[in-house]
Amino acid sequence: MQAIKRKKQKERIIENFFLICAFVAVVSVFAITVFVFYNGIKPFVSNSYPLWDFLTGVEWRPGSNMYGIFYMIVGSVLATFGAILIGVPVAIFTAVYISELAGSRIGKVIRFAVELLAGIPSVLYGVFGLGIIVPYVLKISPNAQGESLLATIMVLAIMILPTVVSISETSISVVPKEYREGSYALGASKIQTIFKVVLPAARSGIMTGVILGIGRAIGETMAVMLVCGNPIAGIPTSLFDQIRPLTTNIALEMGYASGVHQELLYSTGVVLFIFIMIINLAVNKLVKAKVGS
Amino acid sequence: MDAKIKFNTKNLDLFYGDFQALKAINMEIREKEVTAFIGPSGCGKSTFLRCLNRMNDLIDSVKINGEIIFDGQDINGNIDVINLRTRVGMVFQKPNPFPMSIYENIAYGPKCQGQKDKTQLDTLVKESLMKAALWDEVKDRLNKSALGLSGGQQQRLCIARTIAMNPEVILMDEPTSALDPIATAKIEDLMSSLKKDFTIIIVTHSMQQAGRISDKTAFFLMGEVIEFNETPIIFTNPNDKRTEDYITGRFG
Repeated sequence: MQAIKRKKQKERIIENFFLICAFVAVVSVFAITVFVFYNGIKPFVSNSYPLWDFLTGVEWRPGSNMYGIFYMIVGSVLATFGAILIGVPVAIFTAVYISELAGSRIGKVIRFAVELLAGIPSVLYGVFGLGIIVPYVLKISPNAQGESLLATIMVLAIMILPTVVSISETSISVVPKEYREGSYALGASKIQTIFKVVLPAARSGIMTGVILGIGRAIGETMAVMLVCGNPIAGIPTSLFDQIRPLTTNIALEMGYASGVHQELLYSTGVVLFIFIMIINLAVNKLVKAKVGS
Repeated sequence: MDAKIKFNTKNLDLFYGDFQALKAINMEIREKEVTAFIGPSGCGKSTFLRCLNRMNDLIDSVKINGEIIFDGQDINGNIDVINLRTRVGMVFQKPNPFPMSIYENIAYGPKCQGQKDKTQLDTLVKESLMKAALWDEVKDRLNKSALGLSGGQQQRLCIARTIAMNPEVILMDEPTSALDPIATAKIEDLMSSLKKDFTIIIVTHSMQQAGRISDKTAFFLMGEVIEFNETPIIFTNPNDKRTEDYITGRFG
């Protein structure tokens, strides 16, 4: 009797320990959210800077009390969109190649390379971008500068590959083999089977990968900072224009900013946060839809 | 009994890696008959069926020796597999409609062959569904997902999808094993009416089913064809003791 009781007690202690561990994540996300929002909303509540000017301004000159982030939002969105446009097709075809076409050995090599890519610290992507991509852009740019929207897009497109490839590959590989057999038995070729049956069946999983890729691209800071140019003003209108994404704005100045300047950097974080939350909601919805079907 | 021979296999061996799954199969399958393969699990009957439209190509470790003559041509060699599969269709054990609409499921095969004409596709979809005795049940929901159909309806859809290719042969790999008795009866009825137009080869676990629907029956055991004959003979007066043991339920 005593032994059973003791055993039960032990189980409960361990269970509670797990619960505490799990709580770390919940508390952290809560703390970060409250902290960023509290500081980020302050300047607008206390009327030390108008929200409208903040959201629509196209100049960021702390010295002249001008804090507009609209051109940063545009930069972030364009860079992300461009990275998705280039990175996603490459990633999906990579995933298709690994899971459907490559022999097991080549598939393993490529998969290994993709996994390594995921592990490379982002600052090294930035260094690579600065050393290889930026000089190349400089050669073809009419603006006599290599740091640009284009360079940012290239770096981000590579950075989202691992996420999109691995999630797409997983969702392609769980497409029931019965679908493939059914398609082959109707005289469809391999490529027809991939495009008409396998990819549509894996659609929601691939979409999840794409959205996580968007999240990665919009949130990336370090690599982008080295190749984007970080101008103090101006909506980018060409691929060769410099951009200043929301993330790098925070990272560049948070170290020394104070007062309203600092608070508005938090506000920049709030905007970024809202973007990320929208993306996460979209992922959740997709995942749910997948389970539902 | 002078029907044309559709398939003729000569000394067909099949290996999965080192394991020999089929041993020297010699079999003549006649046109517009229903041929049934029976035998215990793992005896090679499905494997043999899958040789007939080269579905075993999908498995890397498979090695095949011997000939499979289909309409005078050895299909084991370097042939146009896609063309073969349009002529030899297949219905699987588990109904496997694609996750698309009923219409698209039927139109899939013809579209893959380049058929684009909407009116012709419409007609083809309708005819195929009618032949598969499914038209009345689905005519108002052709654009709904095929996955919303019942298991039996899904299987008839898969048959319709195969019919739409207008194949010469339809292979069926235990097509009713995942279905309830009523759905099974519908599919069996369908098979007897399809026999007029198609050569049907069916693998079945149910001896009653083989007895009800087939003209010829082959009994497989451990990768060999023990006996192949007219169905009534197999079931009433088999030559081989092992066939008799299996038929009478002494094993398997």
